[in-house]
Amino acid sequence: MQVQSAGCFAHIFSRLLFLLIFAPVVSCFDPEAGPTLTIKGSTTVLPVVQIGAEVFMDRNPGVNVSVQGGGSGVGIASLIDRTTRIATSSRDIKAEELERARAAGVHPHETIVVMDGIAVVVNPSNRVDNLATEQIRDIYTGRTSNWQDLGGPDREIVVISRDTSSGTFEAFEKLALEGLKVRPGALVTASNQVVNTTVAQTPGAIGYLGYGYLSHRVKTMMVDGVRPSVETIRSGKYPLARPLYLYTDGKPAGEAKRYIDLLLSEEGQRLVQEQGFIPVR
Amino acid sequence: MRHFRETIYKWIFSVLAFASLLFLTGIILTLFVESYPFFVRHDISESIFGLYWYPTYDPPEFGMLTLITASFVVTLGAMVVCIPIGVGTALFLQELASASQRAVLKPLIEILAGIPSIIFGFFGMIVVAPFLQRLLGIPTGLNAFTASLVLGIMATPTVASLAEDAVSFVPRSFREASLALGANRWQTLTRVVVPAAGSGISTAIILGIGRAVGETMVVLMVAGGAAVIPHSIFDPVRPMTATIAAEMGEAVMGSGHYGALFAIGLILFFITLAINIVAEIISRRFRLKLGLGR
Repeated sequence: MQVQSAGCFAHIFSRLLFLLIFAPVVSCFDPEAGPTLTIKGSTTVLPVVQIGAEVFMDRNPGVNVSVQGGGSGVGIASLIDRTTRIATSSRDIKAEELERARAAGVHPHETIVVMDGIAVVVNPSNRVDNLATEQIRDIYTGRTSNWQDLGGPDREIVVISRDTSSGTFEAFEKLALEGLKVRPGALVTASNQVVNTTVAQTPGAIGYLGYGYLSHRVKTMMVDGVRPSVETIRSGKYPLARPLYLYTDGKPAGEAKRYIDLLLSEEGQRLVQEQGFIPVR
Repeated sequence: MRHFRETIYKWIFSVLAFASLLFLTGIILTLFVESYPFFVRHDISESIFGLYWYPTYDPPEFGMLTLITASFVVTLGAMVVCIPIGVGTALFLQELASASQRAVLKPLIEILAGIPSIIFGFFGMIVVAPFLQRLLGIPTGLNAFTASLVLGIMATPTVASLAEDAVSFVPRSFREASLALGANRWQTLTRVVVPAAGSGISTAIILGIGRAVGETMVVLMVAGGAAVIPHSIFDPVRPMTATIAAEMGEAVMGSGHYGALFAIGLILFFITLAINIVAEIISRRFRLKLGLGR
């Protein structure tokens, strides 16, 4: 009897699993879908384009905006092979990519929509408040490996970096490390959220985040005596700041233009500020 | 008419059966073609035994030894976890458990096998890692040990169900003969059942290893991702699969980095191929030994 009931349970479970797997596939075939505007690229820019997409779809019920992450490189690669209308990037397009784009007959056009600062974060239990850019460089290249050398307690520094496909990594590498190599022993994590979680969980940790991803779970460091904020990032006083880009094939037109105009409008800029980014105007 | 329909069915099913062969050929071909430029431009032994993995710097370095070591360390650790639990579960289910215990345990093990690896990864990252970090006072919980533990738990159902099959294939007459000769249950288990099912159990373990070597999500989330040769099991590591998953998104198509990732994929493919061949050889011997033929 019991054997039978267990078998029955397994049967129901497998049915349930089947539904779980196939239900989303079925729902993809929505016959009422209109034109689609695809936006793909940097996970740093993701919250900006996401909020923009929500407002845009509210205003333009016929248009479907599809927003995807994947990394700045993925976005630009997709623009080149024409699988996305807008590519988002947290770095300049590379010469190598520009060359490939030209070869494919694509002409990337750059629009700066918002500024981003890279915040250096530590565990809330850490007593150190300020790091010089050189100190950050020493930590990440492995020349400094104990908080004692930075005015903290005798505790090993757990260095947290991002994988090389992250735009935040590339910007951090350029802005803070000036091209030096991150030490091999650094932990490599796959997203801003994971950096947040890991730093919050690890007393000796140091990590870096896009300004929009700062959370109350981690402690934000001053860099060269400057605290990252809207003012210090826009004015350029905060050393670890950068613009965020949208790339289109040629000058933005049609839905892409309307979308970008929305982001650059007063309302759009206010929305991105609410997401923790720094408006350009 | 009937004959005609039969021919059609035969054709349809042949095509379906050969489809997987087509996919396999396609995958192998892609791996070779995409990694070929890398092997032409770089010295193979220098890459495999190189200690530094800096694929995006100029000049790039493609030392894979840290990644290969990491995969081995984590897999070995996972085996230490999943062999005793998996084989123990199999023996318990077949030899000791009552019908009602089996009715509860077997579906539970199947559910464990069906849990997506990302959920194991989440569990490892949010629960296991912080817990071990506090318990052991180590700098970070994201390390080879935690990854081994989570991977081991994940591979346990594979080992348990395959080992259970192996034990169930041991003919009833073997046990009866042993008991009739005056051996007790423990003696029968350790001296008759386990040796008879030995190669089947080995196959289960080897396929468990295959599962652990190829697992990506868990190691990406839990192993820490540091490309160093670990000095202890509590150091963060960066297995091959995690490297491919983390970096493929950014690698410029056709670049050295792209080729290097495919080269890692090829190495990984050869490792799992070797594992499968060994498992196949052992299981064939096992079938012969029990007189099951073929």
